[in-house]
Amino acid sequence: MSTPEQEAVGRTATMSDAMVEAVAHEMRADEEVFYMGEDVADYGGIFDSTTGLLDEFGRDRVMDVPISETAYLGAAVGAAQAGMRPIAELMFVDFFGVAMDQIYNQMAKNTYMSGGSFSVPMVLTTAVGGTYNDAAQHSQTLYGTFAHLPGMKVVAPSTAYDAKGLMHNAIRDDDPVVYMFHKRLMGIGWLPAPDGPKTPVPKEDYTIPFGKADVKREGDDVTVVTLGLHVHRALEAAEMLADEGIETEVIDLRTLKPLDRETVLESVRKTGRLVVVDEDYRSYGVTGEIISSVAEADLDSLEAVERVAVPDVPIPYSRPMEDAVIPGTDDVAEAVRSVGE
Amino acid sequence: MSTLERDPDDGMVQVIDEEGGVVGDVPDLSEDEFVAMYRHMKLARHFDERAVSLQRQGRMGTYPPLSGQEGAQVGSAMALAEDDWMVPSYREHGAAMVRGLPLKETLLYWMGDERGSHIPEDANIFTPAVPIASQIPHATGMAWADKLKHDGETDRAFICYFGDGATSEGDFHEGLNFAGVFDTPNVFFCNNNQWAISVPRERQTASETLAQKAVAYGFEGVQIDGMDPLAVYKATAEALEKAKNPDEGERRPTLIEAVQYRFGAHTTADDPSVYREDDEVEQWKAKDPIPRLERFLRGQGVLDDDRVAEVEESVREEVADAIDAAESTVRPDPESMFEHVFAEQTPEIRRQAEEFAQLRERHGDEAFVEE
Ligand SMILES: Cc1ncc(C[n+]2csc(CCOP(=O)(O)OP(=O)(O)O)c2C)c(N)n1
Ligand SMILES: [Mg+2]
Repeated sequence: MSTPEQEAVGRTATMSDAMVEAVAHEMRADEEVFYMGEDVADYGGIFDSTTGLLDEFGRDRVMDVPISETAYLGAAVGAAQAGMRPIAELMFVDFFGVAMDQIYNQMAKNTYMSGGSFSVPMVLTTAVGGTYNDAAQHSQTLYGTFAHLPGMKVVAPSTAYDAKGLMHNAIRDDDPVVYMFHKRLMGIGWLPAPDGPKTPVPKEDYTIPFGKADVKREGDDVTVVTLGLHVHRALEAAEMLADEGIETEVIDLRTLKPLDRETVLESVRKTGRLVVVDEDYRSYGVTGEIISSVAEADLDSLEAVERVAVPDVPIPYSRPMEDAVIPGTDDVAEAVRSVGE
Repeated sequence: MSTLERDPDDGMVQVIDEEGGVVGDVPDLSEDEFVAMYRHMKLARHFDERAVSLQRQGRMGTYPPLSGQEGAQVGSAMALAEDDWMVPSYREHGAAMVRGLPLKETLLYWMGDERGSHIPEDANIFTPAVPIASQIPHATGMAWADKLKHDGETDRAFICYFGDGATSEGDFHEGLNFAGVFDTPNVFFCNNNQWAISVPRERQTASETLAQKAVAYGFEGVQIDGMDPLAVYKATAEALEKAKNPDEGERRPTLIEAVQYRFGAHTTADDPSVYREDDEVEQWKAKDPIPRLERFLRGQGVLDDDRVAEVEESVREEVADAIDAAESTVRPDPESMFEHVFAEQTPEIRRQAEEFAQLRERHGDEAFVEE
């Protein structure tokens, strides 16, 4: 999963540690950076997104807010326009609705609406994803919803290494960035992560540019494009398939906006076969976007295509039913086999 | 004078004090009703303890405990008339059981069986809200619709429950403002349990009380002792009556702030020791609504050792039976998740359901289970 240079680091970290490290680094370097959200101070974030920040930076820079998403996301927009670099956490992406105007009409559009007089250098961090039985209003990823709207950048790391580099970049970026972290990847005690996301992570700061997908595994037979938790499921499927003689290339998009269409296209030109795997709803989402981008750019390169995503139903609470709708390793493997036939 | 018109400087409304001594006007309830109130509260407490332990044993999903809040839930729900409606949050299963929602349904719901979301037709309970405060505008709208359907007259009221943290949401402000303007038959019942996960009440708002927020919407707000079930019953009954039959010049809606405490964790996924001291919990436990009502009823000669033992026994049995019933319910068919996406299945959902059925057919269910 990691490059030789990364391995040379010798120190591994969980995704949550890596995120917090980047935030702490930026807060030390720049007085204008602060963090606010629900249960982010004493609690350290219910998904460990702010562990230890209160102790180091105090309540003026790590703030618990009233349950007023419109107010604090709106205030973050205001503070960003006034020259600060707020990080505002929406506890679950599912709750974007109560503050959506502040997100997509204000945060995302104020740069444009002011003719460039203002920019909105803020980061909206938010927990995404299911697989732990938290029902229809706590389990969504909503990747497509956010990536659809103009004016904000959208990132979704799958490893600690990427999480840190993308966070540094997000905080330093002059545009609003939606930073979607998958709960299952954080490395929380009660929500065990797969093996993959805990990677070597350098102590010093580094950035990962937006719009640069990462080929997490090379292969000549089939291209699998995915992001977040499903990078790990795809890699696991690829291992299984290798035993059957199918070599899978796994592309981790890492950023949805800007989207690295080039890397995807290059891979499909090599393999001719494309599977897109998404933990979001099937219709009008990442799967459709990737497939149409390839079709538009080079229809002839496509020999076979398949998408694996959540059917258009609310994510069920019930464990076996949730397991059934969220794509599993076997679903990915099966899709790869079917395009390879 | 009505409880609702109380001068806020006189403190919260109370009927019985922490020792169960009478300090206000006792509501006019029959002996049977008093015993029923006591039993409901015992049932809610015992259910809660069993539910937490089921979760710990891996027999149930994440569960939000209600211990400490039985006085507010049972006292208010008992004041409702049959035709009235309840619009709850995720913590009001104690109030819902008073309305006749079977315990088995509540268990199924928290066990992750969506059939537990289905509410019996005559219970008049709306689906529990998970996104904070989102139910408040619904309650206003339901009450408004009832008024519109009956030419401005109405003989039912709509109680809406929410927490102290919910009062910070725009939905709270907008929902109450709307209720004031359209004079809807609502009782907005705030379960102020002092905490919103790790954030204490005083970091939620600079207002001295939550009840005083009603002033801004043009109707009455009253702060009551939410761990005194009789004060809760009395204030709720008066607010419901006013919602249905306001006096000349009176506005129908009321905001009730029931001051209370959550003894347990926010949910079974929470660890309260990170943000609050055991001392604080102990202080509030001295106000426990159950022994308090019990002392009062013993003093009145309504309860004695035998009747208390009888109640305890029947409560244990009822909860045990409900757990058996829930656990022996056959698991739902996975295809049922395609059923209620729309009132009637659309062709696209039907197509996806068929595709899903074929996948199951081809691979067997084991293939879907991921750990
Ligand atoms: C819109 C929204 N934001 C955040 C959350 C996450 N959350 C769940 S419960 C809770 C605290 C609610 O506190 P309160 O209203 O006092 O009710 P209580 O849980 O104490 O009964 C929060 C912030 C949510 N469910 N919905
Ligand atoms: Mg509360």
